[in-house]
Amino acid sequence: MPEVTIGLWCIAGFLGTGVLGAVLGRHAVATPLVYGTAMCVALAAVLLALEVLLGAAPATSLVLPIGLPGLGAHFRLDALAAFFMLVVNFGAAAASLYAIGYGRHEKAPLRVLPFYGPFLAAMNLVLLAADAFTFLLSWELMSLASWTLVVSNHRQSANIRAGFIYLLMASFGTLCLLLTFGLLSNATGDFTFERMRAAGSSETVVAMATLLALVGAGSKAGLVPLHVWLPLAHPAAPSHVSALLSGVMTKVGVYGFMRIVFDVIGDLSPWAGLVVVVAGGATAVLGVLYAVMQRDLKRLLAYSTVENIGIIFIGLGLALAFRADGQAPAAALALTAALFHVLNHSVFKSLLFFGAGAVQSATGERDMEKLGGLVHRMPQTAVVFLIGCMSIAALPPLNGFVSEWMTFQAILLSPQLTPWGLKFAVPAVGAMLALAAALAGACFVKAFGVVFLSRPRSPAAANATEVDGFALTAMLMLAWVCVVAGTLPGFVIDALHPVTRALAGSALPTQAGVPWLSIVPIAESRSSYNGLIVFFFLIASGSMTALVVHRLASRRTRKSPAWDCGYPLDSPITQYSSASFAMPIRRVFGTVVFGVHETVDMPRPGEMRAGHYRLRVRDPAWRYLYGPLARLVLRSAHKLNRLQFLTIRRYLALVFAALIVLMLVVAAWR
Amino acid sequence: MALTIDLPLQLLQITFLLAIAPLIVGITRKVRARLLCRRGPPLVQPYLDIWKLMHKDAVVADNASWVYRRAPYMIFAATWVAAGLIPTYATGLLFSWSADLIAVIALLGTARFALALAGMDVGTAFGGIGSSREMMIASLAEPAMLLISFAVALIAGTTQLSAIASLFSTGDVGVRVSLGLALLALIVVGIAENARIPVDNPATHLELTMVHEAMILEYSGRHLAVIEAAAQLKLVLYFSLIACLFAPFGMATGEKTALALVVGLVTFVLKLVVLAVLLPIAETTVAKMRVFRYPAFVGSAFAAAALAVFLRFVSRGF
Amino acid sequence: MNPLWFDIAHLLAGGVLVLSLMLLYQDRITAVINVFALQAVVLSLSVGWQALVQSAPHLVATALIALVAKGVIIPTALHRIVRKLDIHREVERVVSGGPTMLAGLGLVALSILLVQPVVETADPVAREDFAFALAVVLLGLLVMITRRNAVTQVIGFMSLENGLILAATGAKGMPLVVEVSVAFSVLIAFIVFGVFVFRIRERFDTVDVNVLERYRGERREHL
Repeated sequence: MPEVTIGLWCIAGFLGTGVLGAVLGRHAVATPLVYGTAMCVALAAVLLALEVLLGAAPATSLVLPIGLPGLGAHFRLDALAAFFMLVVNFGAAAASLYAIGYGRHEKAPLRVLPFYGPFLAAMNLVLLAADAFTFLLSWELMSLASWTLVVSNHRQSANIRAGFIYLLMASFGTLCLLLTFGLLSNATGDFTFERMRAAGSSETVVAMATLLALVGAGSKAGLVPLHVWLPLAHPAAPSHVSALLSGVMTKVGVYGFMRIVFDVIGDLSPWAGLVVVVAGGATAVLGVLYAVMQRDLKRLLAYSTVENIGIIFIGLGLALAFRADGQAPAAALALTAALFHVLNHSVFKSLLFFGAGAVQSATGERDMEKLGGLVHRMPQTAVVFLIGCMSIAALPPLNGFVSEWMTFQAILLSPQLTPWGLKFAVPAVGAMLALAAALAGACFVKAFGVVFLSRPRSPAAANATEVDGFALTAMLMLAWVCVVAGTLPGFVIDALHPVTRALAGSALPTQAGVPWLSIVPIAESRSSYNGLIVFFFLIASGSMTALVVHRLASRRTRKSPAWDCGYPLDSPITQYSSASFAMPIRRVFGTVVFGVHETVDMPRPGEMRAGHYRLRVRDPAWRYLYGPLARLVLRSAHKLNRLQFLTIRRYLALVFAALIVLMLVVAAWR
Repeated sequence: MALTIDLPLQLLQITFLLAIAPLIVGITRKVRARLLCRRGPPLVQPYLDIWKLMHKDAVVADNASWVYRRAPYMIFAATWVAAGLIPTYATGLLFSWSADLIAVIALLGTARFALALAGMDVGTAFGGIGSSREMMIASLAEPAMLLISFAVALIAGTTQLSAIASLFSTGDVGVRVSLGLALLALIVVGIAENARIPVDNPATHLELTMVHEAMILEYSGRHLAVIEAAAQLKLVLYFSLIACLFAPFGMATGEKTALALVVGLVTFVLKLVVLAVLLPIAETTVAKMRVFRYPAFVGSAFAAAALAVFLRFVSRGF
Repeated sequence: MNPLWFDIAHLLAGGVLVLSLMLLYQDRITAVINVFALQAVVLSLSVGWQALVQSAPHLVATALIALVAKGVIIPTALHRIVRKLDIHREVERVVSGGPTMLAGLGLVALSILLVQPVVETADPVAREDFAFALAVVLLGLLVMITRRNAVTQVIGFMSLENGLILAATGAKGMPLVVEVSVAFSVLIAFIVFGVFVFRIRERFDTVDVNVLERYRGERREHL
C-alpha cells in the first residue's frame, strides 16, 4: 500500500474516534477509549511520517473520485508533508496521552470528545491535500472542528466571544487563500497543485498571491497584526486542545504558507523574502512584549506562540530571499532553522500548555496573581515545566537555543545577498530577534517564578496536588525530547535533508559524521556548536563544584525564616507579583508599544478605605486596526439594516439589478 | 595535535581563570579604594572571603525549594563553561569549537535565568525587585551583546572566537569604526552585566538601589560563596572577551610551543590587570544612575552596536 | 592608497557621525554644546587629514576655520548664553529618547543605503565620506525637529552644516571660496539665532519653541 493511502487510513481512524466519542460520550469509559485510540492512531501516523522522512521515500500520490466533478480529490505525501505530519501527530499523540488523565476533569465530555478526532483528522488532511479544493475544504474543516473545541466551555461569555472572533479571522484567512488559489490557477483553470506549479504566472500575480498567502496562512499561524484571535481562543479550550491549537495548528498555518509559496509558486523576487522577514521580526518582538505583560498563564503562553511564529517566519523569509538570490546552501540553512524551530516549538509549547493545564486542574486558577509556591506541591510538574521554560527561552543546552542559533547563523550570511536593502534589513531583523530572545527569557522567568516559585498567593495554590500519571508521562516525554533535540541536534538536521533539498535545492552538510556530534551548518572555520559537550560540561562542572564544596568545605544547612533585609512580612501580597515583575519592562517598552494606562488611587492620610491601582494594557492591534474596522462594519450594517424591511417587489428589483450589473461587468471584461 | 597536550592546555585555561578571578576583583577593589584615598583591603581579600563563606553554615529560608539550593551551582557552572570557551592565552584549544560567541552569550543567559529564578524563590520583595530589574537590564543588554557579535562576526566572517582572535591578531583587519563602536558597546554591556557603577553598585546594601545584591540577598554560606565566585568569573570573562576580540596580540595562535604559551599567558595576565585598573578609574568618575535611566544607558550600547553593524558596509574591502 | 590612511580617514569621518548620534542622545544643554564642540574638533581633524591625503593645502584653512569657529568660539558663546538665560539644567525633548535613537539609526542606514550604489564607482574615500556626510546632515535635521529648545535647534543646524563640510572635503577640488562662504553664512546664522533667542526670551520669558505656538495668529484647535 502506498504511504499516502496509509495516511488516509490514519485520517479515517481519527474520524472514527470522533464517532466513538459521539456514541459513547456519556459513559465514563469514553474518555480513555477515545483518547487512547487517538493516541494509537497518531503514533501510527508518526511512524509513517518517520518512514517517509528518514527512508527518503519518493512522494506518493492518490486521486479519489470525490469532491468537485472532473477534479476529484488529490492527495500527495512528500517530504514536506511528512515532516509536518510528524510534528502534528507527535503533538497529537502527546496531547491524547495527556488527555487520558486530564479529560476526566472535563465537565461536559460530549462537547469535546466527538470533535477531537475530526480536528486531528482535518489537520492531517490539510497536509495531504494536493489540490486547491481539497486543501481549502480540509482547512475549513480544521477551523470548524477547532472552533467547536474553543467554545466547548460555552458557559463563559468570554469564550463565546473568543469563538466568534476566531471564526471571523478563520473565514477571512480562508478567503485570502481562496483568492490566492484563484490567482494561481487563472492561467490554466486547473486546481491541482501540480498543474499550478507547472503553469507559472506573471510577476504581479505571483507578488499578489504571495502576499495573500502570507495573510491567509499567517492569520492561522498568528502573524501580527492577524494574531488577535489567538490569545483569546487558545486559552479558552481545554488545556490539551490549547496545546494542540498553539503547538500544532499554528504549524499547519506555517505549512500552508510553505506549501503555497515555496512549493506551488516557486520563483520569487528577493523582496518577497524581505516582506516575510520583516513581518516575522515584528511578530517576534511584539508577541513576546505582549506575553510579558499577561497575567493569565495560558494567555502568556498563547502570546509567546505568536513570538515563536515570528521566529519561524524570519527563517522562512531568509530562506526565500537566499533562494531567490540563487544561494542554495544559505537558503537550506535558513529553512532548516525554521523547520527545526517548528519542531521545537510544537514540543515545548505543548509541554508548557500541559503544565498550565496541570496547574489549572490542581488549583482551578490560570491567573498568575493567585498562584505561587507550586514547586512544593507539584514537584514533578515543576521540573518539566522548568525544562519547557528554559527551552523556549532559548537557553543552551536545550533545543530552543539550537534553532535560534541556526537562525542567527543564517542572518550572519546576509552580506552575501545582492540587493543592498536586504543587506541592511536582515541584520536589523537580527537585532529584533535578539531582543525577542532576551525578552522571552524575562517572560519565562516570570512564568516559572510567579507560578511555581515564591509563596502561594491563594489558598487554592497552597493546597494544590500533583497531577495524574498520564499527564506526567506526557510531559516527561516532551521534556525528554527537548533535552535530546538540544544535545543531539545533528540527527534532527539530517532528518530535514529531504525537505530542504526539495524546497531550497540544497541541504546542509550531513551532520552525523561530524566528530564529537557537533553541528557545523556551513564550515568548521565559520561556526559550530556542540550541545552534547556543553550539556556534559554544565552537568559535570556543576556537580563537581557541589561535590568539592560539600566535601572540602561545609555541608551543613540551617533552616530559618527568610531574612528579607530584617523585615520579613508574612502576607504573600508583599511579594513581587506578575504585574510588578513586568513593570520595569513595561516602563521601558510599554508607553511606546501599548499605550499603557496606569491609575493609582491613593487614600489620603486618615482615610480608611483601601488604595487602588489599576493597570490597563491593550493590544494596539485592537485599538488601531480592528476597532476602527469593527466600527465601520457596524455602521454599514446599520445602514444596510433598512434592506430588511422591503416589499417582495423591491427585493426582486434588487436581485434583477444585481444580475444586470453582473452581466454588464462580464460584458465589459470581454 | 595529540590529546595529551591539548587536554592539559584546556584544563590550564579553565583552572587558571578560576584561580585568577578573585585576584582581579581584588585589584579593582584596591585601585578603587586608593582612588578614594582609602587604603583598601589586601589583594587576596576575595580569596579569604570565599574561604570564610565556604566554611560557614548555609542558612536557607524555610520555604526555599530545590531551585534555591541548586541555582548557585547552575550559575557557577554556566559562567565557568562560558569562560572556559573564550580564547585567553591561546587560540584553538581542544573544546574551543564546541560553542561560538553566540553560544557563550547564551550560556551567560542560562546563568542569568537561574539567578533570577533563585531571586524569586523565597518570595520576598527584594528578591523579586532584583530579578525583575535584572531581566529588564538583560532584555536590553543581551540584544546589544548579540549585535556586537554580529558586528564582529560580519567583519571576521565567522562566529568562532578562536578564528576571530587569530584573524584579528594578524592586523590585516586594520583600524575600523565598526570595531571601535563594538568595543564601546561591549564596555557598556560589560558594565551593566557585571553590576558595576553606574548601573549597579557591587558594594551596595542600600535596599532600593540593589539589583544583583537584591537577588542574592537571602543567600549565605557556601551558596553565597559559589555565587560570588561566579560573579568574579563573569568579570574576568568579560575582560577576556574584550582582550580576545579587541586586543588579541600576544596570543599563541600558531604552533603551541612552550615559549608562545608562556608569552600568551603573561600578556593575558597583563591585559587583565590593565583592564582591572581601568575599570575602577572609570567607575569613580561617574555617579550611580537611577533605575529608569538604565534603559538609556544600555540602549546606547544597543545603538552603538547597531551602528557598528551598519558601518561595516562602508568599510574597506566590501 | 595606503590602507592605513584610508582607515584613519574612515575613523575620523565615522567619529563625526558617532558624535552626531551622541548629540541626539544627550539630554542636557551643556552636554549638547560640549558634544557639538567635540564634533567640530573631530571634523577639523578629519578635514586636516584629507588635506594631507589629497595634498590639498586649502583644506587646512577649512580645518582651521572649523576648529576655531565651531570648536571654540561658538561653543563658548553658547555656554555664555545658556548661563545667562539660566537654562543649563533644562531637559527638553519632544519625542522620547528611545524612538529618537532608533530613528537616528534608521537614518544612518538609509543614507548608507542611498549613497552606496550611487557612487559605487567613485573612489572609496569619497564614497564613505558621502554616506557619513549625508547621515550627519539628516541627524542634524532630526536634532532640530526633536528638540524644543531654541539653543539646541541652533546646534542641530550647525551640526547639519558640519555634514556639508564633510561632504565638501570628501569630493576633490572643492574651492575654498565656497567653504569660506558656507562658514560665514553659518556664523551669521548663528548671530541671528543668538539675537533671536534673546529676543524670544525677553518677550516670552522662555526659549521653548512650543510656547511660541500660542502666539501665532491662527490658533490651532486643540490648544
